[in-house]
Amino acid sequence: MNAPAPVAARVPAYDFATAPCGSLRLRLAAGEVMLRASGALWLAAEGALVVADLHLEKGSSYAARGQMLPPYDTRETLKRLAAEVAALAPRMVILLGDTFHDRRSEDRLAADDAQRLRDLAIGRTLVWVVGNHDADGPRALPGETADELSLAGLTLRHEPRGGLSPGEAAGHLHPAAKVRGARGSVRRRCFVTDGERIVLPAFGAYAGGLNVRDAAFAGLFARPPLAGALGSARVHAVGWRSLAAD
Amino acid sequence: MADAGANLPDLLPPRFQAWFGGRGWSPRSHQLEMVAEARAGRDALLIAPTGGGKTLAGFLPSLIELSERPPANTPPGLHTLYISPLKALAVDVERNLTAPILEMGLPITAESRTGDTGIARRQRQRVKPPEILLTTPEQLALLCAWEGARLFFENLSCVILDEIHTLHASKRGDLLALDLARLSTLAPNMRRVGLSATVDDPEVIKRWMAGPAGPEAIELVRGPPGAQPIVDMLLSEGRVPWAGHTAQHAMAEVYEAIKHARTALVFVNTRFQAEFAFQELWRLNEDALPIALHHGSLAAEQRRKVEAAMAKGSLRAVVCTSTLDLGIDWGDVDLVIQLASPKGAARMVQRIGRANHRLDEPSRALFVPANRFEMLECQAAREAIAANHLDGDPPRDGALDVLAQHVMGCACSEPFDLLALYDEVRTAGPYRDLAWEDFEQVVDFVSTGGYALKTYDRFRRIVKGPKDDQGGDGLWRVRNAEVAQRHRLNVGAIVSPAMLAVRIAGRRGSVGRKIGEIEEGMLEMLDPGDTFVFAGQVWELVGITNLDVLVRPGGAKDPKMPSWGGSKFALSTFLAQRVRQLMTDQDHWKVLPTDVREWLEAQRDRSLIPGEDEMLLETFPRGHRHFMVCYPFDGRLAHTTLAMLLTRRLERAGAAPLGFVCNDYALAVWALKPLDDLNFDDLFNEDMLGDDLEAWLAESFMMKRAFKGCAIIAGLIERRFPGDKQKTGRQITFSTDLIYDVLRRHEPDHLLLRCARADAATGLIDVARLGQMLTRIRGRIRHAALDHLSPFSVPILLEIGKERSPGQAGEIILHEAEEDLIAEALS
Repeated sequence: MNAPAPVAARVPAYDFATAPCGSLRLRLAAGEVMLRASGALWLAAEGALVVADLHLEKGSSYAARGQMLPPYDTRETLKRLAAEVAALAPRMVILLGDTFHDRRSEDRLAADDAQRLRDLAIGRTLVWVVGNHDADGPRALPGETADELSLAGLTLRHEPRGGLSPGEAAGHLHPAAKVRGARGSVRRRCFVTDGERIVLPAFGAYAGGLNVRDAAFAGLFARPPLAGALGSARVHAVGWRSLAAD
Repeated sequence: MADAGANLPDLLPPRFQAWFGGRGWSPRSHQLEMVAEARAGRDALLIAPTGGGKTLAGFLPSLIELSERPPANTPPGLHTLYISPLKALAVDVERNLTAPILEMGLPITAESRTGDTGIARRQRQRVKPPEILLTTPEQLALLCAWEGARLFFENLSCVILDEIHTLHASKRGDLLALDLARLSTLAPNMRRVGLSATVDDPEVIKRWMAGPAGPEAIELVRGPPGAQPIVDMLLSEGRVPWAGHTAQHAMAEVYEAIKHARTALVFVNTRFQAEFAFQELWRLNEDALPIALHHGSLAAEQRRKVEAAMAKGSLRAVVCTSTLDLGIDWGDVDLVIQLASPKGAARMVQRIGRANHRLDEPSRALFVPANRFEMLECQAAREAIAANHLDGDPPRDGALDVLAQHVMGCACSEPFDLLALYDEVRTAGPYRDLAWEDFEQVVDFVSTGGYALKTYDRFRRIVKGPKDDQGGDGLWRVRNAEVAQRHRLNVGAIVSPAMLAVRIAGRRGSVGRKIGEIEEGMLEMLDPGDTFVFAGQVWELVGITNLDVLVRPGGAKDPKMPSWGGSKFALSTFLAQRVRQLMTDQDHWKVLPTDVREWLEAQRDRSLIPGEDEMLLETFPRGHRHFMVCYPFDGRLAHTTLAMLLTRRLERAGAAPLGFVCNDYALAVWALKPLDDLNFDDLFNEDMLGDDLEAWLAESFMMKRAFKGCAIIAGLIERRFPGDKQKTGRQITFSTDLIYDVLRRHEPDHLLLRCARADAATGLIDVARLGQMLTRIRGRIRHAALDHLSPFSVPILLEIGKERSPGQAGEIILHEAEEDLIAEALS
């Protein structure tokens, strides 16, 4: 799993730049996307905000089994999402699957959290791309349900297709980057991309991360991928050589 | 004291007298006193030196009582419970106890029970307990959480707490005190017996071990004083180095000392030092002496092998860490060598006690200081030991996360009444002052997580039944058997960091033999291909998979030795004070070797030697930096906290601090601007322990680490699940850091955050000690404004570069990685 991806004789540099807001502007497939420090993907031309793996009600899912994690994860996650919506005024919000942690999560939502979700659909399109944790989509909450979605030349789906899949934006894997420096190491959630496809970090407050050097990422990228690690107010572009296994 | 006086020998039944006589022994007076106290039904604390027959003194009353019991038709049940801080010690005492039982032909069963005991035996022990059970605090907590606890313990007559000084002042001690309170409820006539060789203040121990009758009810029994140990200091022919902790300069002389001893224990303070010393000794080992290595990271089988070889007398030396501080009786050890600083006098007495288990012969010990400050420290420790002045752990208030675990355990055992449990808990020493509000909060936490947002009421782990005329008892009980089962799997107050197994890599990625375990964090600085020393050999890191560290033999390459920590003890307050006294008293310097004396004299002439209650603070320029070095002698933890807070203040004062470094004796801060004209009394004002501390602590990784520990102990996070399966490919778990962040934002006063703050303040950052220090030096800072560095400052300045720098380290690392990428792109 530590084997580096094959290195081409001369790897063309990734086309990216940091925007003043801390986002990373990236050329992806034929278009341009913004990787937000929040972990959201912003498709400016379409006015579409994409977030993956919210895992709402993960806390209460554990509590039901006797492990009383703090119950604030859903409101924490939804407040961060609301802040992104306020900052960008999207015409469309796309939830890229595993929005709920389990099939009963929707029933456990607190009234004010459910209202926060309903508010997302007011005056804009809300799309629930379904994932493995929430295969049926919402029961009572507004929005459209989809297995996948084509937008701005990208295919948006929950689980990345195996092998190369140009033009895809997905979630599911919860990528995290571990970067080792002279003074220790740091592990952060990250975007990971080869310029053709992208995997989004998990947006949920309690969602853990899987190291991008894990075997689960093998074969997804055409060349050593670039990680967009989430810093406190900006996205840091980190090359494959700087990434460490756990 | 016992009042049996001249009739003491009459306390022994003929069978016991004959046994003593047959071995050419006569019972010691403290052994007989213990019998007398037991006959009177009193609790007792026995303080007797190693080799004084202390363990037998503890068991003798139980053996006599059991031998006099009339035969009965009913199974006898558990009579005596022995608690040891170490699994190995429980097993060893079982062996030692079997001898007199067999030799006297007593109809008594004695068995050990530890985490290593086989399942069949453990299950049988629950149904048919031995009369004497030898076990650990963790097993006791587990037994107390079983449904059958009341029946199991109802005939318990005595509990013996061995090496009690190591048990009391910790979360383990909190949990044990709570379980003792429970035992006293289940078996009201149970006596408590404490055993120890090194107790500075018996009152502290008494308060901890006391039951419902309070500390006054405990009789103090003292054994005869042992022979004074002979403690020498190795005055190396090579001069004592300025800095460093390895004592490499003296290794040839250490080897000589081993050669001239029958068997030597070589104590060091960290695993790294153990590995290093072991390597060095074998490099010098021309006579191929059997020298072994023993520390907590080695595989259990390997440690057992070393212990067995030691017991057989086939080893000449063992290099070890605190893993061998306690316990196992090794009669052949005749020399204890302490490499680098002893850190505390009581710890040293314990270690020195490992040499020579005969009471009338002195133990021999050799101190090998690794640098000049340690030379002062070793001398201070020698003088403290000679004067029999020891440093003990101060009493502590019981932790609430531990209480939460105990409350859950009680519910798993049987339904409880809230008020009755509160009263019971307050009979435990550490919880004597527990407020009702705190207790209620803990019970609420156990039940629902204790959140202001009451969304988990329907998931309660423990539920209160209604109290009514239809038979409702109003008691609290566990929700169901599954919840109870999960709790039992998570019992205990020891939280160990995530450990990875070190294994030899086979061909094509297969995994070979396990050589030991190391803490996750220790590998951070290593990349595949790097070499390191582990288990006495050089290994090359191949890679890390899931929970395995794969390595292959590293050959003769020079290892890239990571300076991983292992356990690091802080210099005790008591010893630090003695070091300050020694340093201040110039007449006293003549006991020190020449080069150290010259160093002190140079310091006096070029800077100054502070008074005993003063703190020396030096400022000087060096390179393009301005340095401030001060010498509180209060241990690395307190110094690090102080340095963090000082840099915040210097930042505000516009001094542009750039970094700092700390050791046990001193701390140095450097800045872009001169620091000479600051008002140091203001800078070191105690008010820094207010808002500055809070602000820094909230963001600090130490809080997150403390929170994780509390969350595990309190049962918020589980150590393991029943039937836990390893997820293949993806291991996504939540991290406690995420939970900490969310909880801090939404409920900053939550019980577990309070616990974490208390832990961080006493342990990881030692705020308590820092507070004492700031009070001590108020108005007593001696400032020396110098043109260049001083002799004292050299050791600390030599440590610069080995430390991480403070601040937004994570962001800096990410930023640097990005710069690398940009440089790559532009190349």
